Amino acid sequence: MDAEKRASVYRPSPQDTIIEVTDMTFSRGSRKIFDGVSLRIPKGKVTAIMGPSGTGKTTLLKLIGGQLLPDSGEIRLEGQNIPGLSRRELFVVRERMGMLFQSGALFTDMNVFDNVAFPIRVHTQLPEDMIRDIVLMKLNAVGLRGAVKLMPSELSGGMARRVALARAIALDPDIVMYDEPFTGQDPIAMGVLVNLIKRLNEALGHSSIIVSHDIQETLSIADYIYLLSDGKVIAEGTPEELRQVESEKVRQFVEGLPDGPVPFHYPAPDYVEQLMSTGETR
Amino acid sequence: MRMRTLEISVGAFMLIGFLALIVLALNVSGLNMAPKSGSYKLYANFENIGGLTTRAKVAMSGVQIGEVRAIRLDPRLLMAEVELEIYADVDYLSTDSSAMILTSGLLGQQYIGIIPGGDEEVLGEGDFIFNTQSALVLEDLVGKFLMNQVSE
Amino acid sequence: MIDRIQRLGHKTLSKLAAFGRSGQILLQSVVARPAPLMMLPLLIKQIYFVGVLSLVIIVVSGAFIGMVLGLQGYTILVDYGSEQAVGQMVALSLLRELAPVVTALLFAGRAGSALTAEIGLMKATEQLASLEMIGVDPLRRIIAPRLYAGFICMPLLSMIFAVVGIWGAAVVAIDWLGIYSGAYWANMQQSVDFWNDVVNGLIKAVVFGFVVTWIAVYQGYDCIPTSEGISQATTRTVVYSSLAVLGLDFILTALMFGDF
Repeated sequence: MDAEKRASVYRPSPQDTIIEVTDMTFSRGSRKIFDGVSLRIPKGKVTAIMGPSGTGKTTLLKLIGGQLLPDSGEIRLEGQNIPGLSRRELFVVRERMGMLFQSGALFTDMNVFDNVAFPIRVHTQLPEDMIRDIVLMKLNAVGLRGAVKLMPSELSGGMARRVALARAIALDPDIVMYDEPFTGQDPIAMGVLVNLIKRLNEALGHSSIIVSHDIQETLSIADYIYLLSDGKVIAEGTPEELRQVESEKVRQFVEGLPDGPVPFHYPAPDYVEQLMSTGETR
Repeated sequence: MRMRTLEISVGAFMLIGFLALIVLALNVSGLNMAPKSGSYKLYANFENIGGLTTRAKVAMSGVQIGEVRAIRLDPRLLMAEVELEIYADVDYLSTDSSAMILTSGLLGQQYIGIIPGGDEEVLGEGDFIFNTQSALVLEDLVGKFLMNQVSE
Repeated sequence: MIDRIQRLGHKTLSKLAAFGRSGQILLQSVVARPAPLMMLPLLIKQIYFVGVLSLVIIVVSGAFIGMVLGLQGYTILVDYGSEQAVGQMVALSLLRELAPVVTALLFAGRAGSALTAEIGLMKATEQLASLEMIGVDPLRRIIAPRLYAGFICMPLLSMIFAVVGIWGAAVVAIDWLGIYSGAYWANMQQSVDFWNDVVNGLIKAVVFGFVVTWIAVYQGYDCIPTSEGISQATTRTVVYSSLAVLGLDFILTALMFGDF
């Protein structure tokens, strides 16, 4: 019922947009990764960016974070064009962003407590006992208050990602970006993460961007979805809308079919012909 | 606690490193830490300096009293002119002192030995030592020895 | 033919670009923003990893090299009846050449490769990117303390190496071969000059420390963040720094001891 309501009313509008990407092009070497991509990230919602591997979803997050520069086009965060910022201004903007990396990216030389406290210590002059309270609160939110003393190497993959999530929200950012949060997680850890992302988004009111190719998990929590392929947005909409799109490409991705417009076979000479002929395979 | 042992070990490491420098300076290179109280220059002409080089020591009775600063050829006398730097506290070299080029050991480095004279006056900045004895050149020595053999 | 020329051009350009990037890293992390006081705890930690942990290998190899020098020097010099000069020979060869060069090679293998692997791994596990997203410059936080630690540790290690080597040679020469200890030390002190030999050796060590750390840090920071890329970068660190050390050693020796 809840989903239906969202489906009927929701559309990202210019008023509640926090990040707006306009006609952005980015290429690596001679390969075009983005070719005129435009999208809007609505404020306070969970937006998912999906697509097959290798479509540059992670690159998009790095572009939003200002770690990479687009060849052309604009990426505006509430009016500020991120590619145009100086290094110093960029670091200020990044205080408003939290990012959960695919591998967690916890600092291996610090324990859990120091990892979560790190951004707070860098950006604020808070006294140590206040930092301690904040860290414990954030860790409690991800259910790992008991693990403060552990080193990252002692954590399981799912726990490491939750600690990283606590670190990403340590400064109460306006935007939290999740890079493939579900990859390589067992079903229980995956369920925990799905729940956490949704709950934190509702409780803290930040805007979430999830980059993923795990369809079911992402569809279950996203408010709005952009589907990328070959450097373009091929479909967008709420989860329900996306399920009803007719396009074969979209169908293949959403339903996880092995063959379709994205072929199962890598381009190769004719099968029978190659088997009958001699040599030339190496 | 872990940070503490780490800091201690780093401190010890730095200490060992600087100690090593001090050992090298004092024990290995024999650096004299006492500041040199200045020096004055003397000159001496030699017919042949053999293998004498700059920075060779100048000694009296085997005790170092200075070093060779420069060696050049005097174009008028056609002799080698050696500039000696003598420590300022050695201010009692009489004007008739003699300088000779000696060798420390059979194959050792060459140095200048000063033999004091008996004059009342002493040498000062820029003075010349007139009594000099050239380096012993092995070929000359062998030549003389052979000549003696032949003439006998 | 044209293809080959193009490939050569491409290679030259990419090497030049890499050199430029390494210079940029050096500039941005050390020269442009020197804040060593603020990062003292980080620096101490790095000196521990780079210096203290290299101490054992430096001391052990120093002792062995000194002992070998003592033994070899003795067998050669005894033919000329001047075995007392063994102290002088050992001290001069250690101070001028062996201490800085061998220390730098060991340093590249022990600390340099570790630095590259560590930074490469940080890159692969996105720790560097994550620092950037938190708003901390990784050049300043990760790279700069490691560079400073390398600059500081190499000269110290080299001097420790020299002292241990001279001591090792003394053990062999005096206690085993029966050279009079007075002759050993006196000969040494007479021929070793502080500025000419000790300080010049120290200058070499400083230069080598700078170059090896620079190469190690750059290779780590610029590596392809995969396990294969990191292993290649580590190999490159050892190879490039060894070559750089040996080449620079010749140039420095020519400048310091050659009569130009």
